[in-house]
Amino acid sequence: MEARILDELRTIVGGRGLISSAEELHTYECDGLTNFRVMPRAVLLPDSTEQVQAIIRICHRERIPFVARGSGTGLSGGALPVENGIVISLARMNRILEVDFPNARVVVEPGVINLDVTGRVASQEYFYAPDPSSQSICSIGGNVAENSGGAHCLKYGFTTTHILGLEVVLPDGSLVHLGGKALDTPGYDLAGVFVGSEGTLGIATKMILRIVKKPECIRTLLAAFPSTNEASAAVSDIIAAGMLPAAIEMMDNLAIQAAEAAVHPNYPNCGGLLLVELDGPVAEVESLMTHVNEICRSNGASEIRLAQSDAERALIWKGRKSAFAAMGRISPNYIVQDGVIPRTALPGVMSEIARLSQEAGVRVANVFHAGDGNLHPLVLYDRRIPGQEEAAEALSSQILELCIAAGGSITGEHGVGEDKKKMMSKMFAEPDLATMQRVRCAFDPLQLSNPTKIFPTPRLCGEKPGEYVPHPAESAGIAERY
Amino acid sequence: MDAATKSEASGLHSALRYKFIALVGNENVHPATAADAFAGAQPRLVIEPGTETELAEVLRFSNEAGLAVIPRGGGTKLGWGNAPARADLILSTARLTEIIEHAWADLTVSVEAGCTIQRLQETLAQHGQRLALDPLWPEKATIGGVLSTNDSGALRLRFGALRDLIIGATIALPHGTLASSGGKVVKNVAGYDLPKLVTGALGTLGVITRAVFRLHPLPLNSRSFSVSVPSAEEMQRFVLAVQDSKLAHVFLQSHFSNDAAPVSDILFEGTEEGLTAQEAQLRKLAAPANVSQAATSSWSAREELWSLSDPGTTAVAKISILPGDLARTIGGVEHAAQMHQLRWRTLVYATGLGWIRLEGKPVALRGALQLLRVEMESHGGSLVALHRPEKMPAFDAWGTAGDSLSLMKAVKQQLDSKNTLNPGRFVGGI
Repeated sequence: MEARILDELRTIVGGRGLISSAEELHTYECDGLTNFRVMPRAVLLPDSTEQVQAIIRICHRERIPFVARGSGTGLSGGALPVENGIVISLARMNRILEVDFPNARVVVEPGVINLDVTGRVASQEYFYAPDPSSQSICSIGGNVAENSGGAHCLKYGFTTTHILGLEVVLPDGSLVHLGGKALDTPGYDLAGVFVGSEGTLGIATKMILRIVKKPECIRTLLAAFPSTNEASAAVSDIIAAGMLPAAIEMMDNLAIQAAEAAVHPNYPNCGGLLLVELDGPVAEVESLMTHVNEICRSNGASEIRLAQSDAERALIWKGRKSAFAAMGRISPNYIVQDGVIPRTALPGVMSEIARLSQEAGVRVANVFHAGDGNLHPLVLYDRRIPGQEEAAEALSSQILELCIAAGGSITGEHGVGEDKKKMMSKMFAEPDLATMQRVRCAFDPLQLSNPTKIFPTPRLCGEKPGEYVPHPAESAGIAERY
Repeated sequence: MDAATKSEASGLHSALRYKFIALVGNENVHPATAADAFAGAQPRLVIEPGTETELAEVLRFSNEAGLAVIPRGGGTKLGWGNAPARADLILSTARLTEIIEHAWADLTVSVEAGCTIQRLQETLAQHGQRLALDPLWPEKATIGGVLSTNDSGALRLRFGALRDLIIGATIALPHGTLASSGGKVVKNVAGYDLPKLVTGALGTLGVITRAVFRLHPLPLNSRSFSVSVPSAEEMQRFVLAVQDSKLAHVFLQSHFSNDAAPVSDILFEGTEEGLTAQEAQLRKLAAPANVSQAATSSWSAREELWSLSDPGTTAVAKISILPGDLARTIGGVEHAAQMHQLRWRTLVYATGLGWIRLEGKPVALRGALQLLRVEMESHGGSLVALHRPEKMPAFDAWGTAGDSLSLMKAVKQQLDSKNTLNPGRFVGGI
């Protein structure tokens, strides 16, 4: 990067707000997905919206691509720098600007840590509902980019449900406000489009969040089943009984072993462990929990435990939320996969994963958000054994293909980013992707904002889309186009 | 239809008839009649495609021929938004009514845009499920129309808006492609969330041909109560206290009018044990106010605001305020109505969304709406006029679009560059 541009950037953010030395830049060459690495030309650490605007105006003028970064915990390479581009870290914009209890709104800057929002409003018994497993370190800005979920989104919805308004710096440096504190702002729901756009439409510099009153009580139950099939059947019966639990999580034996080794949650040793959490008024929850208990028993649960204290409940969740990191205890290397299937396809997809795993000679541990069919297969391998890494990567892709074939999605919460863009054309037909790219062109005609992510083949703005081309599977009558 | 209009209609008819008939069949292309007129516009043709592909083809051809297209479902809300700048043909979803897949065990449904809400709900109820939404006129309103107008009712408090319930959509774009986004699973972050983009877009970006929704179980049991309080200030205190409590109410709505004391209705759903406990808590919270069983008429309160015995002297608007601004807003409505000598009724949900009905002289209606819009916008809210009497002086339906209008126009330009769909009806002249 030319020295004059660096100088100009330095005048915006000050000497401490610009990183350009090679050794310091290494920290920013990847995010939570570490197998992709690109060295950025510079990293900028603005501390105000005005500074973000000033930086982006320069990027626009000089045609420099930029990538926004929150805490860098993303698992799809969304914050991976792009060649010849800069990284704009929002870590210094970490102020909670307003807490409005009567209207249940909180206004924050993008660098605020997810759990800190709940920390700020807990005294009045409110909480911020989206709870990705990384919530103690991930930022709200990153959550907005990825439309982060978490275990409790089964009942409470995803980040998009809880974002009411955004202040956004567009890729030309102009500032817009999308949505607002009140609902249904007249016009297109551009906040709805922006959330989950993985940094490709601009940089959000302020967020209006919805907070939720804590329920009267929370009850958490653990049930041990011989295998994930019986556990799946219990989940189906819970849903069929008309209940909407706050969370339903499942782990298979390998995942249980890893969690035990890492954080000792004292899980029962079994083939399929189910964690069911109900919340709401005490009388309601108590009667429903009795029913959940009966459903688990009738589906073959050998052991059922109800957390007796907040500490016990916290330990149960610690085991679940640390499951990804716990894999390091049982395998030197592993791939964290994220796919979604219609929940009822779970037994079939599980046995197929087991078959593929056996064929490839690569172990797979399974952790699911079972209520909504979001799978997190963890593909375990040892890089030192020749061929294992390739086998693990191939298996990981095959699992996503299983998800698509079952009518699901290639990602439920980790995003497409760099990692899965090649899979996008397996899930969507060309006109679907072309339409998304047209929306992108409205926001970012020069394609400067995280330009290489999500889409398998970038389309230049102004290019006319072609005729409707049915997806091959659609023509064959195998699949509907979703 | 006067002679000139007739000749114009038949002109369009004869010139393009062959093409449209070739696309959808003779029996599905009709000259428009006076019954198809809306907001002062008289379209010339009504076309009813039988498949999504046919619909996309009709749209492509219309776009190429420079015709303005008005998408129409049940036609219940066709007057919402501004009058169209042009209106050549109505593209009806009346024949796209299939419930494609009710995956009841997965709590999802895939449905074509022309299916009515009521028919969908009846089908879902066979498996004890529902689309947790209470839009206006469900017997006639269609999936596509309800989505395009973003019409939600009191249930939104608990179950969210359409944007939270829709998980996938297919839209026909003016250049003739059918594009899908989202999918059939509740949790999915692959690609942009275009179902949200077309929800509430008033059919200005594409024609929704099908949608996929997440579903909720029908309630095991329910109980509802009405609470009377003496003033708007007391009502605000009550509503905020309920919202700040541990009650798990499904909806909470407040009625105000020029001739009755404020009343709110609250609905609980769940097990009998849970309902009994919640009733006891509500009575404690509402004391000393009067708590009674809610009358069944509470459920139709919103539709009653629309009983337009004299549409020439009635205006209906949707408002959005912060819940904490309830008393001030009602005070503002009282003041504006008094100033302009109007009768008024409002219904406000605990979410801050609400509906105002004003009755009086058309000029006075405009004056009051303008005053209220300024008041609401100055506090971060909005007022969207949905029904305006024909003789009311011009009043934009939407109000201030904010600093994202040029971005909205850019999105419109990308998806509908020839301004084929519903021209001029949306925010900021889109």
